[in-house]
Amino acid sequence: MLFGENSMNKAKKTALYGVLTALALILGYIETLIPAFVAIPGMKIGLTNIVVLFSLYAVSERAAIIINIVRIIVLAMLFGSPLSFVFSLVGGCLSTAVMILLKKSDRFGMVGVSIAGGVTHNIGQIIVAMLVMNTKAIALYLPVLWITGIFSGMLVGFIGGLIAARIRTD
Amino acid sequence: MEKRLLRKNDFYLIAALLLIFSAIAAYYFMVQDNGAYVKISIDGEYSGSFSLSDDTEYVINGYNGGVNTLVIRDGYAYLKDSSCPDHLCENMGRISKTGQSVICLPNRVVIEITKDDGENEYDTIVGALFVRNNSDPAIFLRMK
Repeated sequence: MLFGENSMNKAKKTALYGVLTALALILGYIETLIPAFVAIPGMKIGLTNIVVLFSLYAVSERAAIIINIVRIIVLAMLFGSPLSFVFSLVGGCLSTAVMILLKKSDRFGMVGVSIAGGVTHNIGQIIVAMLVMNTKAIALYLPVLWITGIFSGMLVGFIGGLIAARIRTD
Repeated sequence: MEKRLLRKNDFYLIAALLLIFSAIAAYYFMVQDNGAYVKISIDGEYSGSFSLSDDTEYVINGYNGGVNTLVIRDGYAYLKDSSCPDHLCENMGRISKTGQSVICLPNRVVIEITKDDGENEYDTIVGALFVRNNSDPAIFLRMK
């Protein structure tokens, strides 16, 4: 634990959570500006996951959960719709849960944890889409979302991992 | 707790995920064949189907007043002139293979390629009377 959350006073903790949430929001906004990832619903690089991964390893599991949920709520209010809110909430919760479990198992590196998060995020979104639209047709996007989940997870894992390994705030 | 970027298990994980991907992709590739009909559903409800062999255009009245234009040309179907804010469905391309679909989320319109006209259940219950003209004029407005 780089930031040693237990030794942190409340003000420092609040500030840290705030900064990380703001960073996640900015990355989420930047992502909506990349047109290449708009054609297929649910397909994302998941830049915000860099912050979640960093929080998970450098701060605490609790921080990762809280920052991700606040990020999803605020992003949906700013740029999204009720529907996109449900999509990202399910995808986000599922991927955070899987990432925490894999990290706790202590068998995988940060890249592996991030890849698992990326893939489960996309699967979560597809499940919600199938339920909302009441159609199985949407499952056709599964292969493309699966493969983008792997590669975006890899990218996020390297970036988040390198940052978490280098940042010190003592 | 170890904080390493890559560990041996990560490679197994990547290999397993890629393997599952190729299995899914191979399955999808095998089940695909040219469809004969395009089926339209609005808000999850079946609302009609059209043959891919007739070149036509229909205006679809979707959920909450949303409007899409369905175009059938040269055996392909696609959506254009959507009233939704994001216009994603217009960029989802032309479809012709069974199981492919184009979805307009804001208007809750799904068009999907099928083998049959999707009226088989209807057939057996109601009989052949309504089978040919299954397009509801309240939903579909023929343009061409």
